[in-house]
Amino acid sequence: MAATSPPGVGLLKGLGVTIKHLFKRPSTQMYPNERPDLPPRTRGVIALLEENCTVCMLCARECPDWCIYIDSHKETVPPAKEGGRARTRNMLDRFAIDFSLCMYCGICVEVCPFDALWWSPEFEYAEYDMDKLLHEKEKLREWADTVPPPPPLDEGALPVPEVAAAIDKVVKERELEEAKAEQAARDAELAQAAPAAAPAAAAAKAEEIHVEAGQIDQETFDALIAQGKSERMARAKAKAAYVKKEKARILAEQEAAAAAAPAAPKAEEIHVEAGQIDQETFDALIAEGKSERMARAKAKAAWVKKEKARIRAEQEAAAPAAEVAPAEVAPAEAAAVEAPPAAPAAEAAPARKLSDVHVEGSGEIDQETFDALIAEGKSERIARAKAKAAWIKKRKQEQLDAEGDA
Amino acid sequence: MNVELTASLSPAVFVPAPSAFDLDVAFGITVAIKVAFILALFLVVPLVVGYMEHKAMGRLQHRRGPVAAGPFGTLQLVADGIKFIQKEDVIPAAADRKVFALAPGLALVPAILVFLVLPFGPGVWAVDLELGLFYALAISSVSVLGVMMGGWASANKFSLIGGLRAGAQLIAYELPLILAAIAVAVQAGTLSLVGIVEAQATFTLPGTDLNLWFVFPQILGFVIFFLASLAELSRPPFDMPIADSELVFGYMTEYTGIKFAMYLLTEYAGMVSMSALMVVLYLGGWQLLPGVGLPGCEGAGGMFDCGWLGAIGGVVITLAKILILTFIMVWARVAYPRLREDQLQRLSWLVLVPLSLINLAVIAIAKVVVF
Repeated sequence: MAATSPPGVGLLKGLGVTIKHLFKRPSTQMYPNERPDLPPRTRGVIALLEENCTVCMLCARECPDWCIYIDSHKETVPPAKEGGRARTRNMLDRFAIDFSLCMYCGICVEVCPFDALWWSPEFEYAEYDMDKLLHEKEKLREWADTVPPPPPLDEGALPVPEVAAAIDKVVKERELEEAKAEQAARDAELAQAAPAAAPAAAAAKAEEIHVEAGQIDQETFDALIAQGKSERMARAKAKAAYVKKEKARILAEQEAAAAAAPAAPKAEEIHVEAGQIDQETFDALIAEGKSERMARAKAKAAWVKKEKARIRAEQEAAAPAAEVAPAEVAPAEAAAVEAPPAAPAAEAAPARKLSDVHVEGSGEIDQETFDALIAEGKSERIARAKAKAAWIKKRKQEQLDAEGDA
Repeated sequence: MNVELTASLSPAVFVPAPSAFDLDVAFGITVAIKVAFILALFLVVPLVVGYMEHKAMGRLQHRRGPVAAGPFGTLQLVADGIKFIQKEDVIPAAADRKVFALAPGLALVPAILVFLVLPFGPGVWAVDLELGLFYALAISSVSVLGVMMGGWASANKFSLIGGLRAGAQLIAYELPLILAAIAVAVQAGTLSLVGIVEAQATFTLPGTDLNLWFVFPQILGFVIFFLASLAELSRPPFDMPIADSELVFGYMTEYTGIKFAMYLLTEYAGMVSMSALMVVLYLGGWQLLPGVGLPGCEGAGGMFDCGWLGAIGGVVITLAKILILTFIMVWARVAYPRLREDQLQRLSWLVLVPLSLINLAVIAIAKVVVF
């Protein structure tokens, strides 16, 4: 006890401290009647964002209680590109967490490399039967909707590097798209002279075409040798000349062939930061009696959706403007310019494309192609590989034709 | 010894003040009414005090206290009682079964019997004993016997230590308690509790007409009595016999269900009866303020011979004072940590006993010289 205060003062101070609280508002949260005020990082339940799960099994292996059950099967995904390799992919069949075993350590959430597991503040899932605490992926996915956004950063804090990078990326993409749109407008103007040329938006740029520098341009080579250049130098320059010519040729081909329209950016290509909520949706959900957190989460999703729709609409509005410009300059060719947009639609009409058909090849080769390539002087290995791809392509075409006939 | 000497030595023959329940009917009916009155007091007032403790403790600790059972949680203790009755009655295998079963009752009965002499208002008492104060203090000390029996019969070392601590605590604090009460009896000149209330109503500061309660000349005695009664009741900060951090739950460790409830009821009834004693001894009984009488009362100091209005008013005032005192007990419970066992004994023997002796000496001298 402090020597300065007379005996008994401490006792009175103690009474004073407690009596003060008698007149303060109790800090009790009236839980069953009111929702408790939980901090955003509350560890209520573990939610699964199924879309992000790659069945890597890290969570199940790290779980100290072994309370995560995962079942999956492999599916072969057809190659994305013509003649590419078919890939296998893990498909999630079952993801269950037994919350009667779970000790809420959060190691699974920490270890998930794909952000498929999240902490949700939901906690009202008590059961009278222990078996009912085993929750399957459908229930876990529902909880993923209740995961609140991370709390805002402190005043003056540096932005999170990942977020900053993502924002940068979006800004750059936007700029690129604007530049493309401008380019498209200019190309369209230039295209007056060549009405058959496809709209510039789809035109491939020379840099984007990759050509293997396997051959030399004989003409250039001969000319350089005649000029007295060394053979090595002449070969190098001739090679470069070949690449250049080849690119020009492919570009011309593509421009001639491509009947592509300025494709409207797809919804999934538009990236929108989920920073705001859709007040309308929020109010509606609150009115329905949903919890505030749930309503906020859904309203945010609604906002993102709306924003995407808005951006797409804007971009679509901008694209026709680019098309209309040449039409005004040369009304005669208007039909030719406007025709391309219809083309993809016509192409899309068949229910299935080549890439939709899956054909398993077990070494068969297309003899015709093989022979032709050998005759061209290709190596046997290359000829065999290409012939194999050709065989698969043919089978696919046959299958498609058969379906078409049916 | 001749008659005159006897008459001069002995005070006037004590005539008990009549109770309002002494109706002009058969003796048996009068007794039944008094028993009903005491039981009603015993069952209702501790319940009210218990609810007050729940609520006050909650608010003092920044909580709300009970809110679910009944409006504002008022029926919480009723719900608790129903729960206690439903509980399994567990008796340890090694326990002395008879003593184990008897102990809570033995603790409870004296707590009821104290109410026999407590005056709650003008005429509102069961009986006015000449030795009322002696009776109240003697009977309330019997409760500790039930506590010690429970501690012994449980065949549990925690229970035993709890029971022994309760015994040691009783011996230590009975002394200052009684010495403080004796000072009141000396000043009032009677041991009758009704007589003490009357003495306070008519006591004036010497040389003036200023009516005073005994708490003013005997503030030291009041503080000693309050602390000693807290210790007698094993209320925090003097709850070493229970001391849940050391002794699990002391002498109550092995008790369950209704027997446990009886111990709890004993504690709350003890709080009420000790507070009622303090009201009677120091705080002027059913007097609202010193010198202020009750409406419709004619007796000494406007405190006696009342109609039903005065009687009800007196009861309300007494109960309000009891509630305030019990609130202070709860307040102290929330504010202070438990004393250590040796600190408890030191406080009694080295502080309270000498102080109460000084208090008694001063009052006795003052009674002869000044009052």
